[in-house]
Amino acid sequence: MSAAADDAILRVENLQTWFELGSRVAKSVDDVSFTVGRGRTVAVVGESGSGKSVTSLSIMRLLAPPGRIVGGRILYRTATGEEIDLARLPESRMRGVRGREIAMIFQEPMTSLNPLYTVGDQVMEMIRLHEPVSAGEARARARRMLELVEIPAAERRLDDYPHQMSGGMRQRAMIALALACNPRVLIADEPTTALDVTIQAQVLDLLRRLQAELGMSIIFVTHNLGVVAEIAHEVVVMYAGRVVEAAAVNDLFDRQRHPYTKGLLACIPRPGMRRDEVDGQVRLTPIPGTVPSVTALPTGCSFAPRCPLAVAKCEEPPPLIPAAPGHLSRCWRHEDV
Amino acid sequence: MAAVAADAPTRGQALRQLLRRRTVLIGILILLVIATAAILAPWIAPFPPNRLSIVNRLKPPSATYWFGTDEFGRDGFTRTLYAGRLSLLVGICVVVFACVVGITLGLVAGFFRRLDTPIARIIDAMMAFPDILLAIALVAALGPSLATVIVALGIVYAPRLARVVRASTLVIRELPYVEAARALGVPTWRIMTRHVLRNLVSPILVQGTFIFAYAMLAEAGLSFLGVGVSPEIPTWGTMIAAGRQYVGQADWMTLFPGIAIVLSVLSLQLVGDGLRDLLDPRLRKDL
Repeated sequence: MSAAADDAILRVENLQTWFELGSRVAKSVDDVSFTVGRGRTVAVVGESGSGKSVTSLSIMRLLAPPGRIVGGRILYRTATGEEIDLARLPESRMRGVRGREIAMIFQEPMTSLNPLYTVGDQVMEMIRLHEPVSAGEARARARRMLELVEIPAAERRLDDYPHQMSGGMRQRAMIALALACNPRVLIADEPTTALDVTIQAQVLDLLRRLQAELGMSIIFVTHNLGVVAEIAHEVVVMYAGRVVEAAAVNDLFDRQRHPYTKGLLACIPRPGMRRDEVDGQVRLTPIPGTVPSVTALPTGCSFAPRCPLAVAKCEEPPPLIPAAPGHLSRCWRHEDV
Repeated sequence: MAAVAADAPTRGQALRQLLRRRTVLIGILILLVIATAAILAPWIAPFPPNRLSIVNRLKPPSATYWFGTDEFGRDGFTRTLYAGRLSLLVGICVVVFACVVGITLGLVAGFFRRLDTPIARIIDAMMAFPDILLAIALVAALGPSLATVIVALGIVYAPRLARVVRASTLVIRELPYVEAARALGVPTWRIMTRHVLRNLVSPILVQGTFIFAYAMLAEAGLSFLGVGVSPEIPTWGTMIAAGRQYVGQADWMTLFPGIAIVLSVLSLQLVGDGLRDLLDPRLRKDL
C-alpha cells in the first residue's frame, strides 16, 4: 500500500471475524489487513462470500450475532490525532463514531430509507442527532446536503417520500444522509450495484467529486472491477475471507500477481477482445468452480482447487508477500501469473 | 413492510375506503351513538341514577321508564346510560394499559435477543390461561375495585399486543433501513420508537380495537360473577348481575344492558375487522 503510515486514517490489522455456529466456525474474515489513507479510496473487491461485506460491518461494529471480531485491530485516527481501536471500543463510544466519524451506505437504495418519513425528515434527524441545531437550521443544512449530492429542486425534494424518488435519486439521498454530519470515512457497500449503468456512472462521479471537495476517505466494497478502475486509488482483492492481492489501482490493472485477480479480469468483456475462430463470438473465460465455504476451507491455498496454476506446493498455505514494491500477493507462483 | 408502506393509501384515502364499507360505517355509527349517550348521560338521562322509588319497583318499560325499573325502582334507561360511561371507561383504560405494557414488552423482546426467550415464554404462559380465569385470579389477588379490574384486564390483554409487536419488530429490525440507521449512529431507543414503532401503528390499532371489545365483555363478565366492581356502581355487568334474580318477572332488567353490551362489542368488532382488512394488504380486497 502506498499510503504512508502517518497519513493513514484507518488501519485494519490482522482482522479476524468469525461466525460460531455450534461446533462449526465460519472464518468469514481471517487475517485481513489494509490501510486507508486520508482522502484516498480503497476498493475491497471479491465475489459473494469473500468476506468483503463482513469486513465493512466489522469496522462499523454492526455484526449480528453469532458474528464476532475474534482478533486483530481496527485503528482509527481521530481528528485530534489520537488512534483508537474500534475493535475494542465500548458500544457507547462506538455510537459516536458511527455517522459522525465513519458513515456507511448500503447496496439497496430502495429500502435503505425509511418509507414512512420524508427524505428531508431523515436527513434532519441525522443532523440533529449529532449536533445541537434548531429545526430551521437543520432543514437549511438538509437542503444544502441534497444540493451537494446534485438532487434537483432540493427544497421541494425535502418533502418527498422515498417512494416518490427514482433509484438513483434515492442513492443520492442516502449519500446525503450519510454525509450529513461530515464523516471522515465513508464505507460504501456496493452502492452502485442495484443501479443501471448510466446512473452508476453518475453516482461514481458524484462520490469522486464529494471526495475531492470534502476530503473524506472512502472504502468502496464491490465485486465489479470496472467500477474499481473508475474510483479507487488502492485495491484489496479478497477471496474466501483473506486478502489475496493488494496494490495501487494502476499496478493491479497493469499486472496481476494472483491468478484469482487475473481470472476476475478475464471475466470482464472489453472492446477489442479476441473473437472465437469458429463462430466469431467473443468468449469470456469464467473461473471454474465456486468460492469454497468458509466453514470448510482447503488446508493450503484456498484458491488452489480452482487455480489453473496450482502445483503440489499449493497444499501449503501461502503467506501474503510483496511480489513487487507496494504490491502484495498471496500466491506461491506470483511470478508466473 | 417497506414495500407495503410504499403503496399503502394515504390517511385521507384510508378513511374514505374505510367508510365506504357498509359494515364499518354501521359499526362506527353505533359506536358514536353509544359513546355520545354515555358522555351526555348527566344531561339526557331523565332521572338521577340512584333515585329510589319503591312504589315503582320492577315496572316494565313504559313512556316514563323507557327501559323499565329495577328492584329498587331505579330507572333502567338512566342506569344503562350511566353504566355505559363506566364500561367505556374501563375499555379505554384497559386498552391504554395493555398498550403501554404490551408494546414495551414486545419491543424489548423483539429488539434484544437476550430478553426475547424469557419474555416470549412468559407471554405464551399467560396466553395459555383462559382470559376470565386469569382476570378473576388477579382481581382476587389485588382486591376488587374499579382500578383493580382495569389493571387485571390490562395484564390479561397485554400479551396479545406484546406478541403482535414482537413478531413485527423481529421483521422490521432486519430491514435495510434499520441497519442503515444503525450504521449512521442512530441510538437504539430512537430506532425502536421512530423506525419500528411507527411501522406498527396499524397492527396496534387493529388489536387495540379488539381488546377494547374483549375488555368490555370481560368487565361485564367479572361484574356478573361478582368479582368485578362493587354492585352499587352501575356497569352493564353489575346491572345484569342484579337482574339475574328477577329474570322470571322482570326480564327487561337484563335485556337492556345485555343489548348495550352486544351492540358495543359488535360495533367495535365491525370497526376492528374493517381496519384489519384495510391495513393488512393480504386481506385487503378492492371493493
